[in-house]
Amino acid sequence: MEIKVLGPGCSNCFKLEELAKTAVKDLGLEATVVKITDIGQIATHGIMATPGLVVNGKVKHSGKPLPSLDKVKELIKSELVNG
Amino acid sequence: MLKAFADYLVYSVLGMARGTRLSGALEFFIYDTIKIFLLLSVIIFIISIIRSYFPPEKTKRILSNKREFIGNILAALLGIVTPFCSCSAVPLFIGFVEAGVPLGVTFSFLISSPMVNEVAVVLLWGLFGWKIALIYMGTGLLVAIIAGMIIGKLKLEKWVEEYVYTIKAMGAAADIAKQTFRDRLVYARENTTDILKQVWAYVLVAIGIGGFIHGYVPEDFLVRYAGPQNPFAVPIAVALGVPLYSNAAGVIPIVYALMEKGMSMGTVLAFMMAVTALSFPEMIILRKVLKARLLAVFVSIMTVTIIGVGYLFNAIL
Repeated sequence: MEIKVLGPGCSNCFKLEELAKTAVKDLGLEATVVKITDIGQIATHGIMATPGLVVNGKVKHSGKPLPSLDKVKELIKSELVNG
Repeated sequence: MLKAFADYLVYSVLGMARGTRLSGALEFFIYDTIKIFLLLSVIIFIISIIRSYFPPEKTKRILSNKREFIGNILAALLGIVTPFCSCSAVPLFIGFVEAGVPLGVTFSFLISSPMVNEVAVVLLWGLFGWKIALIYMGTGLLVAIIAGMIIGKLKLEKWVEEYVYTIKAMGAAADIAKQTFRDRLVYARENTTDILKQVWAYVLVAIGIGGFIHGYVPEDFLVRYAGPQNPFAVPIAVALGVPLYSNAAGVIPIVYALMEKGMSMGTVLAFMMAVTALSFPEMIILRKVLKARLLAVFVSIMTVTIIGVGYLFNAIL
């Protein structure tokens, strides 16, 4: 499973990265959390409000306010069910 | 009712004497604080609900392939409700261009979004009355529409960095789950607390200036330098405002102080627009997608339009 946090490097992007890492640990998943700061790549994912959360190539969240930790877990789990 | 509450708090609870400068100032401070925070909470909450219906993806769809003019007007209006922060300016710009939104229309959106928003309008309403708030909103939209149209007419697409045109979005944002009305209410609540957390200190400072500095600096202090008689007041205010960086809430205390001390309305509004719409950090961010020449054209057009608005209001208000 691949989880991407997309944002040019504002404080909210940082927080979302932390949330994603905590969520992965809490859920006990084998997943990597990658931070993407390249503007071109962010736009290629179709994200227009940062930070964005992408799980297995699918945009799960974009923009402010940030999702809660529970919400992040839920978003990640929704991809587990789908395989 | 609020007035009575402020009255009760100052004279009964704190037991202060009536008619002194301090008690009067404190009463004004308490009354204004409660009033403005109530206004802010209610209006931001309502706007947030509306906003949840206009994520950037939808705005992009509405604006793509729209004709100029109609497109500029729509873009300026959507700029009010679409969530935007300067850190998202670049992905948003690319997303718009990629979806076929004309360059001038994209600019109308980029100009209106940080300049005309609910926080700016509510604060102006609470501190100076609804007329000033409406005037600011109206002229802000006008500046966004005109500047966007000029940029569109100049056909400056060649001055956008080439790589922008090579990006093809995967359209993945459609994966974001559909929201129920309950989700929207939760979003609105979170967004309201988020914004209040960001602005409360500025608001208190602004009200404090109104309540306490009032009366301590001569009323006509600035009139001599920046009153309606000085033809250079507007360009100087705009020139000072362009490099300054602040959101609408941050600039409000300064705006309040300037207005209190006799700077004329048009000059103050022009200053506020220059601060919120143009700044060095934003230019650096936009430089990633715009060539320096286009950036220069953008700043020049905005500066001239804002100065025009300043003169217009000094003439008619």
